[in-house]
Amino acid sequence: MTDTTSPRFPIADGLVVVVKEDCATCRLVVPVIRQLRTRDLAVEVYVQDDPNFPPEVPARHDADLSFSWHHDIETVPTLIRVVEGREVQRTVGWNRADWELVTGTSPLGDDLPEFRPGCGSLSVDPDRVDQLRVRFTGSVLTARRVDVADAEDEFEAMFDRGWTDGLPVVPPTEERVLRMLQGTSRHSDDVVAVVPPDLVEITVEKIAINAVMAGCRPEYLPWVIAAVEAVCNETFNIHGVLATTMPVGPVLVCNGPGTRAIGMNSGMNVFGQGNRANLTIGRALQLIVRNIGGGRPGEVDRATHGNPGKISFCFAEDEIGSPWTSLAVSRGTAPDTDAVTVFPGEGPRCVVDQLARDPDSLANTFAACLRTLHNPKSILAFDAILVVGPEHARVFAEAGWDRQRVVDEIHQRLQIPGHELVRGAGGIAEGIPQHLEDATLPKFRPGGILLVHAGGGAGLFSAIIGGWANGDVGSQPVTREVQR
Amino acid sequence: MKVLLDPTNERRATTMERVGRPETLRGLTVGLLDISKARGDVFLDRLEERLSELGADVRRFKKPTFTKPAPVDLRHEISIQCQVVIEALAD
Repeated sequence: MTDTTSPRFPIADGLVVVVKEDCATCRLVVPVIRQLRTRDLAVEVYVQDDPNFPPEVPARHDADLSFSWHHDIETVPTLIRVVEGREVQRTVGWNRADWELVTGTSPLGDDLPEFRPGCGSLSVDPDRVDQLRVRFTGSVLTARRVDVADAEDEFEAMFDRGWTDGLPVVPPTEERVLRMLQGTSRHSDDVVAVVPPDLVEITVEKIAINAVMAGCRPEYLPWVIAAVEAVCNETFNIHGVLATTMPVGPVLVCNGPGTRAIGMNSGMNVFGQGNRANLTIGRALQLIVRNIGGGRPGEVDRATHGNPGKISFCFAEDEIGSPWTSLAVSRGTAPDTDAVTVFPGEGPRCVVDQLARDPDSLANTFAACLRTLHNPKSILAFDAILVVGPEHARVFAEAGWDRQRVVDEIHQRLQIPGHELVRGAGGIAEGIPQHLEDATLPKFRPGGILLVHAGGGAGLFSAIIGGWANGDVGSQPVTREVQR
Repeated sequence: MKVLLDPTNERRATTMERVGRPETLRGLTVGLLDISKARGDVFLDRLEERLSELGADVRRFKKPTFTKPAPVDLRHEISIQCQVVIEALAD
């Protein structure tokens, strides 16, 4: 039973009962409604379906379900007590004790069972709720309406308008966008960020529109909002990540119990096809950069090659199977907090070591592969995500190496003599200035290796995701908590 | 009729008239903007020599990093000091 004192759509003082004929519990309580009416109580009955129900009881037909919608009727029968125009008590279904309490009348329904659950209100019927939301709340949406003629194919129309990433998108109708907005408690006109390169303010509504197009479910929306917040700032510098000639885009690593609640993939084929949450959250972010930020390939996006992850590159860390603390926790987020970490990354490449049985040998393999990142002679300029597969992680876990130990051991193996790195060394013109020949230099800056545990349970493989210009002059990874 | 919600920023590009091309650079202030890419300075040093020979008053400016747009203050400074600006890429 709900006890509420919040002001509502004005209704007359007394009792209000909302029923539908197509509900056994509503039919069950008809004698009770009649009994209340004989007690000189003000009883207003609203019926959702059959205007002749209940028999011989005057009732208002809530034909357009506006009464039910505005009074949040989710179950029928619903009994409400109204005092001075305000709802003060409510109960749903049939529960004799509750009905007696709300009506102040006892005994009630002597020959009825003690309790019967109610039925779903027509105002929350999945087949009707989207239309009702548009009818009663559609005015909250402020985006320009684009009319598409019946004879026009809306999918082609969206391609023609340049709204897509090259794949078809879901048409962002008012019904779908309002349903998407159910995924967040934030108001649709809240400004979330200023999106480069055009530096345009983006509202929750515009994020929801693009999330619909990407194929998101409403429960993914908070993750998309967090991703937008994470990339649209000086620290991550999405402008530079977009504009660069290098093949990078925002890579989203998701942490927290919410990843499992929305069914994200952190296991088999973690970077691949087949998981709606992974693919559509990352895609929504990229559609936002395109449609709101105005960042399009061949315009501000100057990538020489790009990579397929620029359509979407988003995955969850396997925390349940991990021997280590999560990436988000290592970056300062409280345990069991939902968070998105964004990283300016290229496509993943595989690290194979099928003979890995001891941690030193495997650390040697990781170091050797990481050494070649972007160029074996490139140092300090780029970070990397090292995605350790479960079978590789087990080798470290059995040896008692924690996250920090693994990272430290790899760093130690990547202290490189300057004479191997200078211009011309190894017959390669690329390199560092000659005067650094006698120095020993690290491949990565401190914190430049981000360890993540993910992948399927079979396969002694890991993966490297190379980064882009790091530090204040380029892009720093950013972690943002997911707020609902 | 189907109604879709516009996913774009709904902005319309404004058209701005270009400043007329100067007849000569002699006596004009020419800004050279180094975007901080490697060896951009080599290119701009040579440009400065050539422009000075033509009688231009050359002033040098530099972005803090090539990965980010020029700061507003820097753009404003260039706009009030110079009649002409050249922005240099490198690599």
